[in-house]
Amino acid sequence: MLQLVDLTRRFGDKRAVDRVSLSIGDGEMVGVIGRSGAGKSTLLRLINRLIDPSEGKIVFDGTDVAALRGKDLRAWRARTAMIFQQFNLVNRLDVLTNVMCGRLYDIPAPRVLLKWFTPTERALAIQALDRLGMADVAMNRADALSGGQQQRVAIARALMQRPKIVLADEPIASLDPLNAKLVMDALADINRRDGITVLTNLHTLDTARAYCRRIIGMSAGRVVYDGAPAGLTDHVLRDIYGQNAHETLDERLTSTSLPTAALAALAG
Amino acid sequence: MTAVNPTDDPAYRLFQQRFGALRRSRQTESLLTLAAVVLLFVIAAVWTDFSPEQIANGIPRIGEYFGKLFSIEPKGSAGPVGVLAVPHLFGGVKEPQSIAYWFYRIGTYAALLWQTIEMAILATALGFGAAFALSFPATHTFVGNRAVVFVTRRLLEMMRTIPQVVLAFILVWPFGIGPLAGILAIAVHTTGTLGKLFCELNENADLRPVDGIRSVGGSWLAQIRFAVVPQVLPGFLSYALLRFEINVRSSTIIGFVGAGGIGQELKRVIGFNIYEEVSAIVILILLIVVAIDLISEQIRHRFIGAAA
Ligand SMILES: Nc1ncnc2c1ncn2[C@@H]1O[C@H](COP(=O)(O)OP(=O)(O)O)[C@@H](O)[C@H]1O
Ligand SMILES: [Mg+2]
Repeated sequence: MLQLVDLTRRFGDKRAVDRVSLSIGDGEMVGVIGRSGAGKSTLLRLINRLIDPSEGKIVFDGTDVAALRGKDLRAWRARTAMIFQQFNLVNRLDVLTNVMCGRLYDIPAPRVLLKWFTPTERALAIQALDRLGMADVAMNRADALSGGQQQRVAIARALMQRPKIVLADEPIASLDPLNAKLVMDALADINRRDGITVLTNLHTLDTARAYCRRIIGMSAGRVVYDGAPAGLTDHVLRDIYGQNAHETLDERLTSTSLPTAALAALAG
Repeated sequence: MTAVNPTDDPAYRLFQQRFGALRRSRQTESLLTLAAVVLLFVIAAVWTDFSPEQIANGIPRIGEYFGKLFSIEPKGSAGPVGVLAVPHLFGGVKEPQSIAYWFYRIGTYAALLWQTIEMAILATALGFGAAFALSFPATHTFVGNRAVVFVTRRLLEMMRTIPQVVLAFILVWPFGIGPLAGILAIAVHTTGTLGKLFCELNENADLRPVDGIRSVGGSWLAQIRFAVVPQVLPGFLSYALLRFEINVRSSTIIGFVGAGGIGQELKRVIGFNIYEEVSAIVILILLIVVAIDLISEQIRHRFIGAAA
């Protein structure tokens, strides 16, 4: 179980994440929504410890993650895989190497320097790619792929980490509807079949509703909603997206990020 | 409708009212900068006796020197004649005004030239290795510890501020006369200059892959090796080749202080006023430098185009 206790991150005077307290059970799939600048990315980066908290605790199975340093910190990052909006693959490396990078925490320095991977690591990477239907392009350069393909490579890299938690920061915001669905389905599959906790920021409400049984709404760094999609009334949505956000709200409710047919199938 | 003078347009008037002063102050700033540059130039010219008169007087004498470079005085001849003359061009080593006579020491020159190129290769390789290793701790986007960045940067700065010839002169003392001192001197300077250029490439590297490798628990080394090196290596190699071209020239010059190679020989023949040998050596150096430029340009284009 992951617990955040009064987690706060300041940038200058600004509190990007403001006294957030949450508890997320193993195997949950949670969506985080909120307008741009609400602190969603900062929250995920805090959990993965890409950035350090200013105050508060991050507790996982009894250990305070916020206090970890050095090798222990890297071990924690390895257990909490991160998926980025811009994929963050190494463009100039091939897909296979990018996926094997998911094991870098366990690889000793001499092998890192030589960029040398074992046959087992290669096989695991191919398995992960195959699961996402990407084994064919294993030898292509990462930047030769479409955005949707790159994001699936990123998910394969995350699988290589054998993570407890997957943190996805707007994973489909740069993708076309079809690829968006493939990527969200892959995350849902990881969650269901592998029991990996998935915490994902989403820029569209309909996606959050379709895939997550628990939704967290953030506004100005604070959690203003935490509950089932059914509880997202107009009133609550105004809390999350702001008073003057009717237009953006309409847009979010009827976003084109997923094909309607696919949504209907999911709902049914 | 009558044509309105654009300067009478209310939008322009508003602009003038709001930003006129700002625009004028920027203009003044540019003029002041220009004036300062001109002033500095004049001061520098006075200090260094850089006078147009002296240049005008010197120019004809350049021709005079070239005349000497390309003439010989064969035994029994009344005065100097050109080093080459068409009827003698393909005569033997003994026949003045033939190519073979002019380049009679080509074997020695070739060996010395090769030594000079070897010096340049070794110095560039050593400098590249050191600059590669030092460029990452010198890049503030990769290193949180400001002291590390500061110290590495100053070290690189020192390496490139000491003039190579001075450094070679100093190094000839402990390492003796010969190529080693020259190689080390050029390597140190190469480290300093390449290190700075590499830093700039590092600073422009995309940080998203770095975040990616950091997020999987990769060490600093892993972040550099997997996220940065593939991005910057083609640029590094391209700069290194450029530096190699420069180092071929440097290793020639550095021979003057006794650090071996063709430079040492060039200094000797200049010292003895053997003009036609000076010209032969200079022409050989010129040919080699042009050849290296052409080849390395080809290679560099390939690096920039290719994947790392
Ligand atoms: N590295 C940073 N430096 C300064 N301010 C930052 C930094 N990262 C985020 N912020 C600020 O924190 C707030 C939350 O940002 P973010 O977490 O990216 O929001 P979201 O992902 O919900 O759009 C924003 O106001 C942003 O400007
Ligand atoms: Mg964000």
